[in-house]
Amino acid sequence: MMAKTLYQKIYQSHVVAAVNGSTDLLFVDRHLIHEVTSPQAFAGLRKAGRTVRRPDLTYATMDHNVSTQLRSIDAAGETSRKQLEALAANCKEFNVPLLDLLHPDQGIVHVIGPELGLTQPGMIIVCGDSHTSTHGAFGAIAFGIGTSEVEHVLATQTLQQQVAKTLKVEVTGSLSPFVTPKDVIMAVIGQLGTAGGNGYVAEFCGTAIRGMSMEGRMTLCNMSIEMGAKAGLIAPDEVTFAYLKGKPHAPKAEHWDAAVTYWQSLYSDADAVFDKTVTIAAENIRPQVTWGTNPEQVIAVDQPIPAPESFSDLIKADAARRALTYMGIEAGQKLTDLKVDVVFIGSCTNSRIEDLRQAAAVVQGKQVASGVRALIVPGSGQVKRQAEAEGLADIFKASGFEWREPGCSMCLGMNDDRVESGQRCASTSNRNFEGRQGRGSRTHLVSPAMAAAAAIAGRFVDISSFESVGGGNQ
Amino acid sequence: MSQIFAQGLVCPLDKNNVDTDQIIPKQFLTSVSREGFAEALFYDWRYLANEQPNPDFVLNAPQYQGASILLTRANFGCGSSREHAPWAIQQYGFNVIIAESFADIFFNNSINNGMLLISLSASNIEFLFSRCQQGTQEWKIDLAGQQIILGNNAAVGFQIDPDIKQRLLSGLDFIGASEQFAEHISSYEQQRAAAHPWLG
Repeated sequence: MMAKTLYQKIYQSHVVAAVNGSTDLLFVDRHLIHEVTSPQAFAGLRKAGRTVRRPDLTYATMDHNVSTQLRSIDAAGETSRKQLEALAANCKEFNVPLLDLLHPDQGIVHVIGPELGLTQPGMIIVCGDSHTSTHGAFGAIAFGIGTSEVEHVLATQTLQQQVAKTLKVEVTGSLSPFVTPKDVIMAVIGQLGTAGGNGYVAEFCGTAIRGMSMEGRMTLCNMSIEMGAKAGLIAPDEVTFAYLKGKPHAPKAEHWDAAVTYWQSLYSDADAVFDKTVTIAAENIRPQVTWGTNPEQVIAVDQPIPAPESFSDLIKADAARRALTYMGIEAGQKLTDLKVDVVFIGSCTNSRIEDLRQAAAVVQGKQVASGVRALIVPGSGQVKRQAEAEGLADIFKASGFEWREPGCSMCLGMNDDRVESGQRCASTSNRNFEGRQGRGSRTHLVSPAMAAAAAIAGRFVDISSFESVGGGNQ
Repeated sequence: MSQIFAQGLVCPLDKNNVDTDQIIPKQFLTSVSREGFAEALFYDWRYLANEQPNPDFVLNAPQYQGASILLTRANFGCGSSREHAPWAIQQYGFNVIIAESFADIFFNNSINNGMLLISLSASNIEFLFSRCQQGTQEWKIDLAGQQIILGNNAAVGFQIDPDIKQRLLSGLDFIGASEQFAEHISSYEQQRAAAHPWLG
């Protein structure tokens, strides 16, 4: 039998029928929906007289435009409230389970799927959101789709797809202290570029990946879309199984052993051939900070901001020039000389309990620098409760952070959490595009520990020498 | 046989990595409608902070008013999965985008709205931009023959996936097409429930 990659195994096990030529109809195991990209899909269903084929495999939450100050749809603003009400009405009409703002487990769709055990190895998972790649951390094919495709999945529980190319990203060795999965994925994107993964599904492997927790693996797969990859995935292992055991929607006791046996078959065969392979030594990765306006414009915190002339590609050089202007920085400047106005710790990339623990460890007993607005937005109700039970919330509040309700928040500023024009933000989110966090906002992507340290110091700091530089003990 | 899929004025947007946050900023995503996004297209570039048109942005240039073919560079449409991006582009009047490459989700979303996205080599893209520098361009897109007809006997050929080409030419409803496999879906569901009962 021909050797297969993990992606190919899962893809082939989901082929319902060959549509024509190179297009297959694939079955979808989980369809996650939210308020922003679903209303037109439900309207389309209604117009065509169709219904939701498998409401039992469809799960809805409210996350993108909810207020993080008050757990009420009335606090979201008029047009957002209407969109949230539309989701509630659609879910009711089509019998789709909804975690609304009154539900204790409501949260960011890519945080709650895993923590409820909805996300499992070997599945195909889709959602009208590009960061659906997060769920690939469990060894599932998970990717974002548009609203027309949401409508297609609602109607048929399938999607027309073509086989993607395969990219192997091997991270060897082990991570240095203070270097997190966020730094790893930013370094990978820096090397491959924002389009380096176009047309590929990336599989992350190697000892550094094996050593990561599920939270870390989710952060890694979450940002695989930022290099253009259709999806990112990691073969499941004991860490995956241990995470899932006992989760509300995980396989029940009578099926658990059979499920694990199946999951253990989900790996790329030793002699499987990938279309492209990249190997990175974990030891070479330092804490990363983006300096520009796309995620490939990234450097280690101790590197100078690059000069446009240093790019041999003329188009990249031009992009660098524009980015420096937009970001209000100059070539050769040190990141550690840049003052921050806002710090945002949250988003589907970095709002899980482990992220909050890392941030709390940095800020404990210290104060947010004066003039800095610092927000912590937990990814879900569960994360929030756990952080409060562990005393993390008290640490944050005592340090001067705002402790918020779950939601996407300042990652994309669809609610009222925005970065003002010209303000500089250290953000644990995933995109530093122009205007992403608000018109004119200047976003620097970092890990939770780096963001926390920036809040205390009032400027970017190298987390690996944070204590020794005094870290804002004022 | 030549079949003209589209024809019209070309607007050159000389940028790489145009992301969906630029194509349509977040404040326009709270709508529950599929319509009404033309004004939102490239909002932050197209309008100044005082909401007056930005005279420096190419879409506002008098010679490109009424353009229906967008020419741009690599990795167009990267970022979010928002289908509002192709909706805005199409509702503004573009039904064809020519670029060196496109982000995957944006590509699928555009095709699902009947738009034609053409990928060309960097050198061909460079050539087309140089034509635009010589003066405004009106091109015809021959989808069946897979060529961009530039006029004066000049044309640039392009590759397209045969399944996508067929869909665009036939205008087939893709949900309807998949529904024809209803029996296959039912039998897959039965087999799935038997083999992996924990999946629900």
